[in-house]
Amino acid sequence: MKKIILSLLISVFTSWSAFAATDTIPWDKAPNKINDLGALQNGAKLFVNYCLNCHAAAYMRFNRLTDIGLTEQQIKDNLLFTTDKVGETMKITMDPKQAKDWFGGNPPDLTVIARSRSGHGGTGADYIYTYLRSYYRDPSKATGWNNLAFPNVGMPHVLWELQGERKPLFDKVASHGHETQVFKGWQQVSAGKLSPAEYDAAVGDLVSYMQWMSDPTQSLRVQVGVWVMIFLLIFMFIAWRLNAAFWKDIR
Amino acid sequence: MAEFKEISPNAPLADKALNWVDNRFPLSKLYKEHLSEYYAPKNFNFLYFFGVLSMLVLVIQIVTGIFLVMHYKPDAATAFASVEYIMRDVPWGWLIRYMHSTGASAFFVVVYMHMFRGLIYGSYRKPRELVWLFGCAIFLALMGEAFMGYLLPWGQMSYWGAQVIVNLFSAIPFIGPDLALLIRGDYVVGDATLNRFFAFHVIAVPLVLLGLVVAHIIALHEVGSNNPDGIEIKATKDANGKPLDGIPFHPYYTVHDIMGVTGFLLVFSAIIFFAPEFGGYFLEYNNFIPADPLKTPLHIAPVWYFTPYYSMLRAITSEMMYALIVCVIAAAYLGASRAAISNTFKILVVAGALVVVGLMLAIDAKFWGVMVMGGAVIILFFLPWLDHCEVKSIRFKPTWHSYVYAVFVINFIVLGYLGIKPPSLINERISQVGTLFYFGFFLLMPWWSRLGETKSLPERVNFVAH
Repeated sequence: MKKIILSLLISVFTSWSAFAATDTIPWDKAPNKINDLGALQNGAKLFVNYCLNCHAAAYMRFNRLTDIGLTEQQIKDNLLFTTDKVGETMKITMDPKQAKDWFGGNPPDLTVIARSRSGHGGTGADYIYTYLRSYYRDPSKATGWNNLAFPNVGMPHVLWELQGERKPLFDKVASHGHETQVFKGWQQVSAGKLSPAEYDAAVGDLVSYMQWMSDPTQSLRVQVGVWVMIFLLIFMFIAWRLNAAFWKDIR
Repeated sequence: MAEFKEISPNAPLADKALNWVDNRFPLSKLYKEHLSEYYAPKNFNFLYFFGVLSMLVLVIQIVTGIFLVMHYKPDAATAFASVEYIMRDVPWGWLIRYMHSTGASAFFVVVYMHMFRGLIYGSYRKPRELVWLFGCAIFLALMGEAFMGYLLPWGQMSYWGAQVIVNLFSAIPFIGPDLALLIRGDYVVGDATLNRFFAFHVIAVPLVLLGLVVAHIIALHEVGSNNPDGIEIKATKDANGKPLDGIPFHPYYTVHDIMGVTGFLLVFSAIIFFAPEFGGYFLEYNNFIPADPLKTPLHIAPVWYFTPYYSMLRAITSEMMYALIVCVIAAAYLGASRAAISNTFKILVVAGALVVVGLMLAIDAKFWGVMVMGGAVIILFFLPWLDHCEVKSIRFKPTWHSYVYAVFVINFIVLGYLGIKPPSLINERISQVGTLFYFGFFLLMPWWSRLGETKSLPERVNFVAH
């Protein structure tokens, strides 16, 4: 019983909620590269190198990457770090207990993250695209990083070497009798390995990959769907004429 | 019992085989009674597709369900992963799963349309009361089926939706907490809950549903179908005793329904292949996050098909109780002063009302919210005895009646919309008015359905040849 009360209390007061991202900056539109195999492959590389150390994608098999044009040999040579079997799913070796100590919570599994984050602000891809480009330095946080799209986030800025360091700029606006801060834009503090445009493109690739991974059959689904619709339209015509042929005697 | 029929030894083999079966099982008889010699009115319109479509969706759900169960694991630790396994690793598993998830919403779309059809054409009126009652029971079973099925993917919405709804039962005085415990099998929704919901979803409720569907159709074929004009086609028969405005179900309505089925499949397939989440209404985004008992989502709403009732549940606040008490007192006053009943009855009415008011003051509003939500479905069962209009169909009812029905439909949709939205004061007020209208529509029907001038009924159905 104690455990239940405790868990309910935690659930009420937790700020590490998946839905903390509702009251934040508007989401940018993620570029749509779902049919661009080169971008998806680059995204897969970024994903395995930067994300797949703390986050798992436990429902995603490595050999599924053959769907985006990689061979099993390429996957084995370049992407397998935690396992030697290409038929394995993308698991990680990090201990969940330690993860909790380090980040204040377990890094969520990322297999279907792009689907789960959709909302009124845009698609899940839009959210992740915005989120990965909204980090700024905040010495008051344990990791030294904070995020405008996900305030008080537990995750540090993993891609900071690529992006460099940025600082958000705010305008003070008076509304309803009190002053509020309105986000105006970013200022580059120190340069990263990539230029801002290159960084946006890289994150776009990564997000497209995550979008693909969340539903790997989505392109196939649309292709099959077109044929199904064509068949049904033809069949509809036949059904309509058949019906008319029978019903012509009904007066 | 039928006579044993001999057949000529020279008859073709197929005839001999059929005769052999017919002497042992009423095959030809069933075929005639339900298809080739079941006379259906010839003036069915678009709305009459939704009966056969409900049956189609039921079959889709059962067949896809069988294949899902082959790979799904009813275990809190592996349920979410097994659904993703179906989506990724089972060949064409994604198609089966999307058919089933879209089918759930499609089921409610076609059933709501089917019920709407019955409502406006008076298909529940004598002699079709039992058809309607079986139908209402099907709707109730379907709601249970949908609710329990929604827990199985074990996502955040599955989990917290079930938590909220099961907690409603604990609002019932005395037995509530124990009842909720019995439903969950645990103090919180957990593995035990998942297992029993799985059992109910895959075998118990489908069995009940199938039995009720058979009863629904047998009752319908016994009395014959109603039609948009709401007049009995059996009243005008030809020399052979066949209804003049009736046509054999097969082949006329079988070919007609093939057309309707194809039209439905076009829409259904478009959703499955191009928008299976349907903007988060058919597959909710939060449900792609595994269930986590430690993280309550900020906004928990049921799936769209339950939201009108959910709105009514939320409308019953402690303030709203005073409005309801006024309604009960007004009803008792009218009953005691105006109704043509004996004095003993009048005293009983007043006493009953006082008891109800006492209970309404004594018991928490949450409980009455649950009663209102349940009552909103249960009240449908009484429809055949609430409608006192001289004619069945809206076509011949006084014109202003159609406005009442239109407001009823809009009100139902508004309630559904408000049930999706997070609570706010203005939404609460609107849903309270909506709840009063919903119940007023039914409870005052014996009075308002009698008012106004009905239009004169035709001898034969209105039909324009195609």
